[in-house]
Amino acid sequence: MSNAAITDAAQIPEKPARRQPVGLVFCCTILGAAAQILMKTGANHLAQPGLLSMATNLPLMGGYCLYGLSTLLLVLALKDGELSLLYPVIALTYVWVTVLSFLIFHDGINAWKLAGIVLIVSGVTVLGKGGRR
Amino acid sequence: MLLVLLGAFIGSFGGVFLKSGAGQVREGLVYMFISRDPPFFNWRLATGVAFFLLSSYFFVLGIRPPGELSVLYPMVSLGYIFTLLWSRIFFKEPLTRVKFFGLFLIVVGVVFVGLGSK
Repeated sequence: MSNAAITDAAQIPEKPARRQPVGLVFCCTILGAAAQILMKTGANHLAQPGLLSMATNLPLMGGYCLYGLSTLLLVLALKDGELSLLYPVIALTYVWVTVLSFLIFHDGINAWKLAGIVLIVSGVTVLGKGGRR
Repeated sequence: MLLVLLGAFIGSFGGVFLKSGAGQVREGLVYMFISRDPPFFNWRLATGVAFFLLSSYFFVLGIRPPGELSVLYPMVSLGYIFTLLWSRIFFKEPLTRVKFFGLFLIVVGVVFVGLGSK
């Protein structure tokens, strides 16, 4: 399923004016998902909650940095793209997080999650193609 | 659940402020918060970031036990619908059939992922 979305992003150079914003948000969702995985890893290692132990927690801080980076990308995308088109694309983050937490933390995957992933990817594909016009 | 709904609502406004601040962003990431025109500090962008932080704070409050993660997802997808409304109202973006269809698929998909996370 994710293959379709990846080829979508790879075609950016063909239609730079329309496709670039969607491609940027696509990268933004990958960074956002990586951020969440890092935060989860960091939270697992957190002995007790506190400012100091959080600040010295490398994965946690790395997660926050990636979040900042993904917000930067989102702003750049919004500069040329429509909010109504780009904002729902952020839902791709859930797809990456579900797949990654299955691979890394061995979180269970079931029919609901699988169906959800398929629906989100199709929705994003529809928006990506529609944005090109 | 109300906390999560409030978080989604605030988050959707975060997107609006980011969009309105994005037009002022100059080339070069260093200048992100320094806008082209007076008053030079891009307060719209800063407000957008602040709204996002605030909404994630409400999300965390909302999903603390006995809250459930599966409740978070449907509320988050409600945020997408709010955003569609604001895009129409504040930026006069056209609402096309393609946008409705894509959004519909995504909203149902997010709810499904939530149901699977019970």
